[in-house]
Amino acid sequence: MQIPYLLSAIVLLPILAGAVMLFLPPKNRDLIYRFALGAAFVTFLLTLAVYFGFDAAGPQYQFIEDYAWLPALGISFKLGVDGISAPLVLLTGVVIFTGVIISQRIEDRVREFFAFLFILASGVFGVFVALDMFALFFFYEIAVFPMYLLIAMWGWKQTREYAAMKLTLYLFVGSVIALVGALAMYFASGLNTFDMTLLATANFSPAFQNLWFPFVFFGFAVLGGIFPFHNWSPVGHVAAPTAVSMFHAGVLMKLGAFAALRVGIMLLPIGAQTHMWWIILLTLVNVVYGAFIAMTQTDFKYMIGYSSVSHMGLVAMGFATLDYNGLVGASVQMVSHGVMTALFFAVVGMIYDQAHTREIPKLGGLMKIMPFAGVGFIIGGLVSMGMPGFSGFIAEFPIFMGLWAANYPWIAIISVVSIAVTAAYILRAVGQVFFGELPADLEGHMHDVKPSEKLAIGILCFIMIAIGIYPNVIMPMVQHGVNAVLALLGGA
Amino acid sequence: MTTEILIWLIPLPPLLAFFLILLFTRRNNALSHTVGVAAAAISWLLGMLVFMAALGVDHFGEHVFASAINWLPLADGFLSIGVMIDPLSAIVLFFVNWTVLMIFIYSIGYHNFGQPKGDHDHPGLPPHGAKDAKHPGHTVPSVEPMYARFFAFIALFAFGMYTLVVSDNLLTLFVGWEIMGLCSYLLIGFWYAKPSARDAAMKAFMTTRIGDVFMLLGIVALYAATGTLNFRDILYNAEVLDMLAHSPSFIGGLSLAGLISILLFIGTVGKSAQWPLHVWLPDAMEGPTPVSAMIHAATMVSAGIYMVLRMFPLISAGWHHGELTTAMTIMAFIGAFTALFAATIAVAQRDIKRVLAYSTISQLGYMIAALGIGAYVAAAFHLVTHAFFKALLFLGSGSVIHGVEHGVLHTGDHKVDPQDMFNMGGLKDKMPITFWTFLIGGLALSGFPLLTSGFWSKDEILADAFAHGHFAVFIVLALAALLTAFYTMRQITLTFLGKPRTKEAEHASENVPAMTVPLVVLSVFAVAAGWVGIPEHFPLIGGLLPNWFHHFLGGALLEHPSAVDFNWIPLIVSLVVALGGLGLGYLVYRNAGQTDPLRKALGPVYTLLENKYYFDELYQRIFVKPAQAFSENFSYRFLDGVVIDGLLHRAARGAMGLGLIFRNKFEGPVIDYAADLLARITQAVGRLLRILQTGQVQQYLLWVALVVFGGFFYYLLNILQ
Repeated sequence: MQIPYLLSAIVLLPILAGAVMLFLPPKNRDLIYRFALGAAFVTFLLTLAVYFGFDAAGPQYQFIEDYAWLPALGISFKLGVDGISAPLVLLTGVVIFTGVIISQRIEDRVREFFAFLFILASGVFGVFVALDMFALFFFYEIAVFPMYLLIAMWGWKQTREYAAMKLTLYLFVGSVIALVGALAMYFASGLNTFDMTLLATANFSPAFQNLWFPFVFFGFAVLGGIFPFHNWSPVGHVAAPTAVSMFHAGVLMKLGAFAALRVGIMLLPIGAQTHMWWIILLTLVNVVYGAFIAMTQTDFKYMIGYSSVSHMGLVAMGFATLDYNGLVGASVQMVSHGVMTALFFAVVGMIYDQAHTREIPKLGGLMKIMPFAGVGFIIGGLVSMGMPGFSGFIAEFPIFMGLWAANYPWIAIISVVSIAVTAAYILRAVGQVFFGELPADLEGHMHDVKPSEKLAIGILCFIMIAIGIYPNVIMPMVQHGVNAVLALLGGA
Repeated sequence: MTTEILIWLIPLPPLLAFFLILLFTRRNNALSHTVGVAAAAISWLLGMLVFMAALGVDHFGEHVFASAINWLPLADGFLSIGVMIDPLSAIVLFFVNWTVLMIFIYSIGYHNFGQPKGDHDHPGLPPHGAKDAKHPGHTVPSVEPMYARFFAFIALFAFGMYTLVVSDNLLTLFVGWEIMGLCSYLLIGFWYAKPSARDAAMKAFMTTRIGDVFMLLGIVALYAATGTLNFRDILYNAEVLDMLAHSPSFIGGLSLAGLISILLFIGTVGKSAQWPLHVWLPDAMEGPTPVSAMIHAATMVSAGIYMVLRMFPLISAGWHHGELTTAMTIMAFIGAFTALFAATIAVAQRDIKRVLAYSTISQLGYMIAALGIGAYVAAAFHLVTHAFFKALLFLGSGSVIHGVEHGVLHTGDHKVDPQDMFNMGGLKDKMPITFWTFLIGGLALSGFPLLTSGFWSKDEILADAFAHGHFAVFIVLALAALLTAFYTMRQITLTFLGKPRTKEAEHASENVPAMTVPLVVLSVFAVAAGWVGIPEHFPLIGGLLPNWFHHFLGGALLEHPSAVDFNWIPLIVSLVVALGGLGLGYLVYRNAGQTDPLRKALGPVYTLLENKYYFDELYQRIFVKPAQAFSENFSYRFLDGVVIDGLLHRAARGAMGLGLIFRNKFEGPVIDYAADLLARITQAVGRLLRILQTGQVQQYLLWVALVVFGGFFYYLLNILQ
């Protein structure tokens, strides 16, 4: 059963909700919050409908909607999801819902905060479901712009302007570079269309693909945090308010990786095959380097920020293997990492709101005070270290399998080191923050998290465990999507 | 089929208990331990039924119990998971069953069930004792503050171990492996308010994790090469093994089988605490005294050995009793080296548990070395006997510590370390059950001839090494055996014999039956477990009992291993080292005071041993510090901060500079100038025009007239031409 207009509803609902919100009375924080929560919940339900309505035996793209936009230029408003994007749509729904739940403590210009957050969500949904390249770029910019405002206006006062500027510049420059590649495709195809399902059949010449692939891939991969263009991301995480960090690490970075796959690898498969060997080296740097830097951080958010650099490196690495298992693992890793970092940032936000510090050595003993948050964080940590029984393992195991099968055993050997390092910084943080001694100045200032926050933590943990124990909830869908990608790559 | 269902069920009761305790019974100690022990008992019963069923099958190695379901979908179809009991897992299941159940029961007593709550006890710290209501002025042991949680953790641990044992494939084996790693982290750090416990937990997890990630790669490589992780599909398939042994890997000269074996073996090096990843195990003694120590001695570390035993057909692929494969050579070397190396450290330890910890490392090295030279059955045999007598010794040491703690509570002098053997002495009469059972365990560990199980298994390894001409391994292991007997007797003498060296030891007392009964049960196995594997050609008593172990376990291999012919030399060596070591230990320590007599005799060597060859410091210096410095200074500060950000900021400044150049050099002089020029021209024109613009109508008319006239005149001129 497929609900009509489902995808356009998902894309438009948040932005409409954001617009309506701007007309609510600014003083009435409760009303605004409840409205935001309601809108987020409905969005979440709609994304569930996409996820569970997706037929893993059906056609490649489903829930397709196609409206003329600028027919003269071949631009249409064409939406659809495949097996790779459907889980990401659900991920976005989960993150917006849980993100709103834990944003109760926002006090400054609440109305505008949620309005921008919802506009951002619309942009993200748009990128995931766009089948038209122009629409994809359009939503991509919509997703990036509110990020600037959210960080610059509600962020951590000490670095927010720098961080917001750095992030926006990186992402805009990236998207412009990608756009150049996209336009090259548009003109070279001679099809007068931006429809990616048609462009995929354009048979670009190998020389053309080899030339333009790096533009498109790197243009987007900047947002996926690929080395050496990763460095906006931890700074951005640190400066952003909690819900925005959740969005940023949880969903926004996937946008980059996903668009690099959808526009780069799927439209220019020969180019991908030519360039992958050195891209895989860059992702190796991501994976190892990010983990090592994370180990040295004492700021909780920087630590998670760099761990995201490392984990997103695994996503790009999985894609770069161009191997079945590698692609499947990377696609699952996007979801797994999204949920995991959202959880991390949520918990860190809960701690920071009360302790007013994110310095790991200045925290301690929180297990007794907020056990639920502590257990949640530990579960996230286990996902992060790739423990079997959690989603991280289901993602990383196939990635390594893909690396091995694609004949990169050395890359696999070096990158597993990062898993050990990951265990080191996660355990160190857990040991200090949750089991260490409660510092005297925090005594009496810390309280357990609210029931609604427990709900958010519970939802996120549930997803990670469900995937870990019963991978079949996601695997057939992802495999369905990956098969289509492999068909484009000319493999089985 | 029914047996298969039983196998599926074996791991479940402890898992259920874990959730039940954490979610429901946490506040009730009695209910929590009942749930925990009942779960262990059910698993025990199921395991025993399966074991009995296995005994009843002829040629069990060819007709194993197995069943599987699909789990993780991958490129070539599903990765199925399932359960399998073959001869090897059957015997492992047997000793795991018994030891796990004994730990659960023992824990009740160890954590002072039934005692009052402590006056100043906090969760995360060992209990300090409580004032006795009946006898004012006396202090009695107090119940562990996190009593229920402890049972939840060891139940989860048991789940991990059972999962590992019943797995029919490497992936679920790895799952169980990692669950145990996690539980070991939780249990070592159980008293998390002690910084030393936190550090030890972290160290244990990290060190084993390093092994684990390589093991994971081995699994990946194996799957990539064969498309399956199922034991039977790989290990019982001569074709696959042959293929692996003959295809080259990406490392020159090493076959694929060799590479995978080495990667998997690194996992064992971590889990079974072999050199150079041995450093975590002695620190793991920070956990609740006997129980987690016992986990780290009898079950979890055995998992590492079990894995390489399991993978032995792969490790030895291409061996055919000729030259050892690369993986086997590495194992023989690391195992033998570890066996001797750890035994020397054990000689100079004062802490009763640390001696046992190093002894465990050493004995595990024995098994690895045995496997390295191809003595498959002997290695497995030693695994079983060791599990029983080492479990016994650890639980016994916990009982000793507990007894001395009684003394500490009595005297109130908390500076006396209840784990230091030089604070003990003469406990034989105070704690008779603990003494006799500990003595049995100690003799088994030393390989006391004929009676004890340790003799039979150790002798078999030595005999095998000798018979197949691995003399270097033979000599090293014999030396290790000598040291083993020596430090074991040192331990027994210091702890139980002679006179009490402190007041605390004088007031030590025997423990409750919940602790002593498991000791008695285990001591039965510490003796009798050896009798099932007496070589048939042994003088006099050989053949009285059939060598059941060899026949049963041999079925787990494709090619039934042949028994070693009897030879007097290894037997005499093994008698000499065992008895000589024991005698020497007694002679040196029978009159020892509070300093070790060896300290004087060995001098600086003793200091070196006491400090464990400074491996901790070495690792700190060559791995931990440089890694931190590298990430901090090079990656974060230099590359991220200076290079990348530098480029970025330079680019930003460059852009600003370019902007300035544009503004000052181009915008101003060129564009503005041009624009101004245009403006000026316009102005000039305007000024000119203004002259004409006077505002008087007659003047305008005049201009019009002039223009009209001029036009007319022009026209005329044209016509005239």
